Amino acid sequence: MKQEYCESRLKKIAGEMRTTMIEMGYACGTSAHFGGGLSMVEILATLYGSVLNYKVDDTRWEDRDRFILSKGHGVLGYYAALYVFGLIGKKEIESYQQNESEFIAHPIMNLYFGIESSNGSLGHGLSLGVGIALAAKLKAKEFNVYVMMGDGECNEGSVWEAVMSASHHCLGNLVAIVDRNSMQNDGESKDIMNFHSLEDVWRGFGWNVHSIDGHDFGSLKDSLLPMPNTSQPTVIIANTVKGKGISFMENVASWHHGTLTQKTYEQAIEELRIDIHDNQ
Amino acid sequence: MIINESKINLWSKLGSRATFGQALLSVAEDNPNVLAMSADLGNSSGLKPFIRKYPSKFINVGIAEQNLIGVAAGLAKEGFVPYVTSFAPFLSMRASEQIRMELGYMQFNVKVVALGSGLAMGFLGNSHYGLEDVSVMRAIPGLTVVSPADCTEIVKVVQVAAHHKGPMYIRLTGGVNNPIVYKNDYKYELGKAIKLKDGDDIAIVCSGTMVHQSLQAAAELAESNIHAEVINMHTIKPLDTAKLEALVASGKPLVSVEEHTIVGGLGSAIAEFLTTLKKHVPHKIIGLEDKFGKTAQYEHLLKLHGLNSSGIANSVRLFLDDL
Repeated sequence: MKQEYCESRLKKIAGEMRTTMIEMGYACGTSAHFGGGLSMVEILATLYGSVLNYKVDDTRWEDRDRFILSKGHGVLGYYAALYVFGLIGKKEIESYQQNESEFIAHPIMNLYFGIESSNGSLGHGLSLGVGIALAAKLKAKEFNVYVMMGDGECNEGSVWEAVMSASHHCLGNLVAIVDRNSMQNDGESKDIMNFHSLEDVWRGFGWNVHSIDGHDFGSLKDSLLPMPNTSQPTVIIANTVKGKGISFMENVASWHHGTLTQKTYEQAIEELRIDIHDNQ
Repeated sequence: MIINESKINLWSKLGSRATFGQALLSVAEDNPNVLAMSADLGNSSGLKPFIRKYPSKFINVGIAEQNLIGVAAGLAKEGFVPYVTSFAPFLSMRASEQIRMELGYMQFNVKVVALGSGLAMGFLGNSHYGLEDVSVMRAIPGLTVVSPADCTEIVKVVQVAAHHKGPMYIRLTGGVNNPIVYKNDYKYELGKAIKLKDGDDIAIVCSGTMVHQSLQAAAELAESNIHAEVINMHTIKPLDTAKLEALVASGKPLVSVEEHTIVGGLGSAIAEFLTTLKKHVPHKIIGLEDKFGKTAQYEHLLKLHGLNSSGIANSVRLFLDDL
């Protein structure tokens, strides 16, 4: 069930999530998507820690809020959230990117663990979310649907097909979150495909738009709950830092998908230890 | 739904799309979870009666086929059974990756109904023809691919699809005044080919509109004392391999006939299976050449490409002469 908002608890959880991600990314021995996972830590901590209605011991509960990770490459952050909030265990974490594992570089649908969909190819999740939100309306269910996307992902044309259909079908139970870390695989988003105003584009399609600091728990808490009695879908443009929390990863394109050495691993863990200590 | 002679005649006159609409209306009466969806082709899908009766069960996503599949998948995830419609190439190719991810990979229970496949779109041209759809859809793991032989079989498939748990690609061929293959109700089972005619000299394995043309071709061949067995291979995936194995065991040469490119369709599916057998029989694939051709009226195109009855009979004769 939904938990009470507590900023200090969420800060602690964010630290645990980042530590889990670095441990997983190093232990797997291969390259991993660090940047886009680290940028969405506070968003996921707030969602799973105080917004989403779900039951750890009944992941198929019919009235649960649905969460879709459309930016599937952010899965390292997602697994860390599932782990910290008790939906997956140590065994699953340790199987990350091991041969034949179900816990790889993109989510594989597994309702037992609360993973609602398989992703990896960008531009799919919002359409799926639109369908789930429509189903909730048709069944007169009260749950909300959350879809986590990337700003680079918004390059995909299929995203905009879904965006226009959500407002047309009056899906006030749908919340999209765009993790705007302003970077993508090849570099800075402004150089690759410049959205002059992402906010205006979404607003033009009839969505409620919140543009916030995606690392600020208070702003996240205030914007992540859909406005009651609205027929408009809501989007949160969460302004974030790619690689957030690890100094040498922040805003460095190559850490979109990179490999930790023993030295960089130790440095990352030390930075997180100091950060967690300072927050206590 | 009761299937009788007058309905069979009516459906034939209405053609494949209107028959689909009638069938879905009937299925929705029994199953509250059935939905109709389209990418701005609801009226062209024969869905007007459905929309009149169940306005809240018809979802139009506008001209956006990728979103159509994604939204349908989301609805299916929550227990609905969406039948989605658009023209064959727009579904099978524009939205092929959505079909791959949402229907193949995640196995959401969506029925993809491809309108006007093959050459039925006539003067609308190659942009609208379903030349390669079976090839693309067949390559996706976990997708059932069906090509009904006539309007009655469309009704049967739409009915069966509502109970079949899993994604399907239903390929509608032919236009209005669709020739009748089945004059009476009959037993239909997904994945089980149906022998329509016996014959000792050759086996013709076909699907969609080519079933009627092949039966006609068999009648023409009989006049030259060539006796063809005709098999309706309505389910292209999974293929009825037991039936094919029995055919090969009989030693008869084999032709496959499809209103589809010779690349990757029914003929290819059969050829792939034949390579797994120890015993071999000669096999010829009759279909459309691997190129974009001229545009014309549907009947003219069938004749032009040798896919009318006399064209098929001629191809069979040439094949047998070369053996």
